[in-house]
Amino acid sequence: MSRIEETFKRLSKGNRKALVGFLVAGDPDLERSERDCRMALENGVDVLELGVPFSDPTADGPVIQAAGQRSLAAGTTVAKVLTLAKRLRRECEAPIVLFGYVNPFFNYGYEKLANDAAAAGVDAFLVVDMPFEESGEFRVHLDAVGLDFISLIAPTTPDARLGKILKEARGFVYYIMVKGVTGARAGVAEDVAGHLVRLKKHTRLPVAAGFGVSNGDQAREAARHADGVVVGSALVRAAGENRLAFLVKEIRQALDCQEK
Amino acid sequence: MKRVEVNTVPDANGHFGVYGGRYVAETLMPALIEVEKAYRAAQADPAFELEFRGLLKHYVGRPSPLYFAPRLTEAFGGAKIYLKREDLNHTGAHKVNNTLGQAILARRMGKKKLMAETGAGQHGVATATVAARFGMECDVYMGEEDIRRQAPNVKRMNLLGARVIPVTSGTKTLKDAMSEALREWVAAVDTTFYVIGTVAGPHPYPVMVRDFQSVIGIEAREQFIELENRLPEMVIACVGGGSNAAGLFYPFLNDAGVKMVGVEAAGHGIATGQHAASIEAGRPGILHGSKSYVLQDAEGQILNAHSISAGLDYPGVGPEHALWADLKRVEYSGITDAEAVAAFHELSLMEGIIPALESSHALAEARKRARTVGKGGAIVVCLSGRGDKDLESVLEYDARVKT
Ligand SMILES: Cc1ncc(COP(=O)(O)O)c(C=O)c1O
Repeated sequence: MSRIEETFKRLSKGNRKALVGFLVAGDPDLERSERDCRMALENGVDVLELGVPFSDPTADGPVIQAAGQRSLAAGTTVAKVLTLAKRLRRECEAPIVLFGYVNPFFNYGYEKLANDAAAAGVDAFLVVDMPFEESGEFRVHLDAVGLDFISLIAPTTPDARLGKILKEARGFVYYIMVKGVTGARAGVAEDVAGHLVRLKKHTRLPVAAGFGVSNGDQAREAARHADGVVVGSALVRAAGENRLAFLVKEIRQALDCQEK
Repeated sequence: MKRVEVNTVPDANGHFGVYGGRYVAETLMPALIEVEKAYRAAQADPAFELEFRGLLKHYVGRPSPLYFAPRLTEAFGGAKIYLKREDLNHTGAHKVNNTLGQAILARRMGKKKLMAETGAGQHGVATATVAARFGMECDVYMGEEDIRRQAPNVKRMNLLGARVIPVTSGTKTLKDAMSEALREWVAAVDTTFYVIGTVAGPHPYPVMVRDFQSVIGIEAREQFIELENRLPEMVIACVGGGSNAAGLFYPFLNDAGVKMVGVEAAGHGIATGQHAASIEAGRPGILHGSKSYVLQDAEGQILNAHSISAGLDYPGVGPEHALWADLKRVEYSGITDAEAVAAFHELSLMEGIIPALESSHALAEARKRARTVGKGGAIVVCLSGRGDKDLESVLEYDARVKT
């Protein structure tokens, strides 16, 4: 069983929701970023999404844009992110997903990247600007080493397309709750429940809902119809303000008390 | 007008060979597929063609002249120089050919609002213009640096009722304006049509923009045949994203005897690293939704481009140009800031035509090629726009060079 599968199974047995936490690798530098990742994992993050910085992040709002810039300024490279993953893997079994934009991955070489990531203990890739139609080549190399390619579904994705994407989905499915870029929002998007029900008809994989979740209440709300929630910008901001452990605990508690 | 059948590119997912495609967030995929379907339907609908042709004639002022430049020819000392006068179009550049096509399409799709990115401001003006013409709202994303460099165009856009939204991220130029426009489109995708200004971006934009701009080459080819009763030896156009070049080249692709040269901005010189020559100095990569030649560092991070010309100051290029470069059907070369400014002055003095700095790159290349092509031959240069918007930049440049 893969780490991702195992994690979602274990949580669902305990009637708990997965907390998928996103941090930008190398923000503000690799050392502090490693410390933040550990802190997130120790305080309740179940799945770690490690953001690989890119110069032109077209799907990110200001918080993650700025974090990516800090990381690049500190000299972060794909190879260094793999080293970070390897160091984290030495002492934890939580799934690690590399989250990024296609060009740095294409530049590294899909096959070499799949191999090196597998060796580093990475479990999956999520490539924001690589939709289903463009994913074939990378997917072949990930499959060869047993890594998952995480599929994204948006509120705009029509049913026919949903079926096509989910047939090939692996690991878990990432549901983007809002039409927009990453970043904190006042409330949770509308009709998330409807979309999640629609989605569940096409897949038996666990579903994590993300984009715009920034606190415990929103996380609980988003998780009602999903198997987990993704929290990104809020964690990135909290890490910068030295209140990461506090926020992760708050969200963890909110998620856990919902089921009682 | 007869369409010229070249070959079967792109494929169903918008690939020109290994280039092109659709590399965007899933949220945008359905919108792109919808634009593509609507575009295919429009192409098959004679009413669309009729309206487009009608407005190109009566609103834009087409056909634009193919002008023989006698004094410039004399000065270059070789082939006859013909200028395809896109500068005489309404709004002063080729950009309006495309924005008109996309606005008609947007209206057919029931969209009420247009959005665009702009570098030189020409595409922004052209989008604001057609938005006004069709009574649509219009937001234009423009880098702060370009807002400074192209101030007259910002005022023009405001006058036309568009909102110019300053982009402050990154280099504050075209690249960042396009990134920001893509971000905003994700949020507004239900109501807003994104009018991309060049043959870059995700499918179907590269093919759609090329088709709308190919009126340039179709006309130039017919006009040249009428004037000279043969085909030119060479056609030259500047390449930012590559839309005026694609528009000129595409109808000549099957004319094996016609040599084509795309001119990128070599800025301070390729060796300095400060340029915008994606094909000459870049590597295949993915930027803004498609795979093509991209200026990037060893890690695949996008590099900043440099050109005195805001319209060429972009680290990528349209995917079809990447294919044409690989196939060696089109030769790509670089012209520096200094060479372009010299050509800017030369055309102004020789022919009484003030060219855009973008187009000045093509003119400078023509100067280099005129003798090689020789006295019996002819070169068609795409004069993609007029230079009023660039007076400030050129004066600033001249003052700096003198001191
Ligand atoms: C007059 C003019 N020519 C050329 C360009 C470059 O664009 P493209 O390469 O798409 O023709 C621009 C862009 O703003 C322009 O304004």
